[in-house]
Amino acid sequence: MSGSVLYDVPGPRAVVRNRILGAVTILVVLALFAWVIWRFAVTGQFSAEKWEIFGYTQIWVLIGEGVVNTLSAFAVAAVGALILGFVLAIGRMSEHAWLRVPIGWIVEVLRAIPVLIFMMLLYYGLPVVGIKMSPYWAVVIALIAYNGSVLAEVIRAGVESLPRGQSEAGYAIGLRKAGVMRLVLLPQAIRAMLPVIIAQLVVTLKDTALGFIITYHELLYVIKLLGSNAVYHSPLIPAAIVGGSIYVAMCLLLSYVAYIVEKRTRRSPKVVVVDTGEGEELTTATATIAARRGLGNNDASGL
Amino acid sequence: MGVITDHLDLWGEAIGGTLVLFFGGGLIALVLGFIVGAMRVSPIPVARAVGAVYVNWIRNTPLTLVMFFFAFCVPILLRQRVDPIVLPMIALGIYTATYVAETIRSGVNTVPVGQAEAARALGLGFGQVMAFVILPQATRSVIPPMMSVFIALLKNTTVAAGFSVLNLGSIRSWLSEQGENQLEVLIWVMVIFVVLVLLLAWLQRILERKWRIAR
Repeated sequence: MSGSVLYDVPGPRAVVRNRILGAVTILVVLALFAWVIWRFAVTGQFSAEKWEIFGYTQIWVLIGEGVVNTLSAFAVAAVGALILGFVLAIGRMSEHAWLRVPIGWIVEVLRAIPVLIFMMLLYYGLPVVGIKMSPYWAVVIALIAYNGSVLAEVIRAGVESLPRGQSEAGYAIGLRKAGVMRLVLLPQAIRAMLPVIIAQLVVTLKDTALGFIITYHELLYVIKLLGSNAVYHSPLIPAAIVGGSIYVAMCLLLSYVAYIVEKRTRRSPKVVVVDTGEGEELTTATATIAARRGLGNNDASGL
Repeated sequence: MGVITDHLDLWGEAIGGTLVLFFGGGLIALVLGFIVGAMRVSPIPVARAVGAVYVNWIRNTPLTLVMFFFAFCVPILLRQRVDPIVLPMIALGIYTATYVAETIRSGVNTVPVGQAEAARALGLGFGQVMAFVILPQATRSVIPPMMSVFIALLKNTTVAAGFSVLNLGSIRSWLSEQGENQLEVLIWVMVIFVVLVLLLAWLQRILERKWRIAR
């Protein structure tokens, strides 16, 4: 552990102390687990009747429908957010102030509105003025608006992190503005920002769960439905465990893709590594820019 | 404006609910996040692993699901009623703690190793190295991203609306029972959030400028 700023290579006494602290950590975690399992046992969560419901094919079809609804909202929202992200990013980098300034405001305001409030506005608010929409579209449009504006900032940060020589060289060989953007700047920016972009898509996937609150029939809604089924002894906790695992598995999978891409980006010679001058080692432009702007991972879900 | 002035007490309670969730959840997130962040940079492999599993799993769980667990499952496990605002608050804290932990970890990692080595070479002890050299630098690089985490937390408090807590996210359903125009209510809620978030973002920019590290 010579790489840490916080501590030196441990000596004999420190090694003993670390081992004791390690044992304490294990004990605390085990105690926590033991307490949860004890509560499960006391409240009868392990009884066969609570889990009986998962023995029926029909129930799994229902869960499958929930997963499909979650994924279909995610897929459309992800594609839409990417498109909107590009449009807003290019608009915000425009040379014309009449375009740049309003789009800048739109991006800021969209990022400041909680996604749930936006969904409610679409689902409960708009019918007042005669626009009715299904919960599906309320979820999808709200997710596109929010994540599109975040992605716009990500893409813009990526383009602005490129050395100025890139666009100058583009102009020097006779490209126009659009050509410089399309052929020189965007490909490099996207490659550098790909991990952050995928991380934002994980946020999109997580936020589809908000649809539960505006009665969109996605996975969480199905969990609640199964969990309050009195015929099967209201197996709320088993249903939450089963459905929750599916959710977490989907998100972890997508995060893992982001991790792989990040690792490949770090090795790739095609990506410009910006010298941050902050003494950071092993960091791509992505991580630095994202951290500096508080984008990506810090932009937690449900916003 | 009628929507607001006719129901001032309800709006007051809703904003109160949002603030309780924000500050309560923020406090839990800070304490827990600090512990987990410390675990993730500690020299103890087990603690690092536990911290990593906690952060990765909770971060890949939708907040709605975390709150679902707390609001619906925990009362069953405890077999007693809990104040309805407490459980969503704990859920917010546990969820946000992962972001706090990651921010602290990356803040500590921005301090070059040479800084600590130089301090040790001068003969400073562990406590002194921490107090005089590392923490002052780490704090400065942690504060701006930490503000982003809290902006996110503020917006996340609306999720509690799905779990029958009166806050700015759920005031719509309370007022619609009284026959108010939902569109108007929601637009006012949006305006409040935009103002609050822009305020926090402005504060963030000031802090960032004030505490920029000259290296």
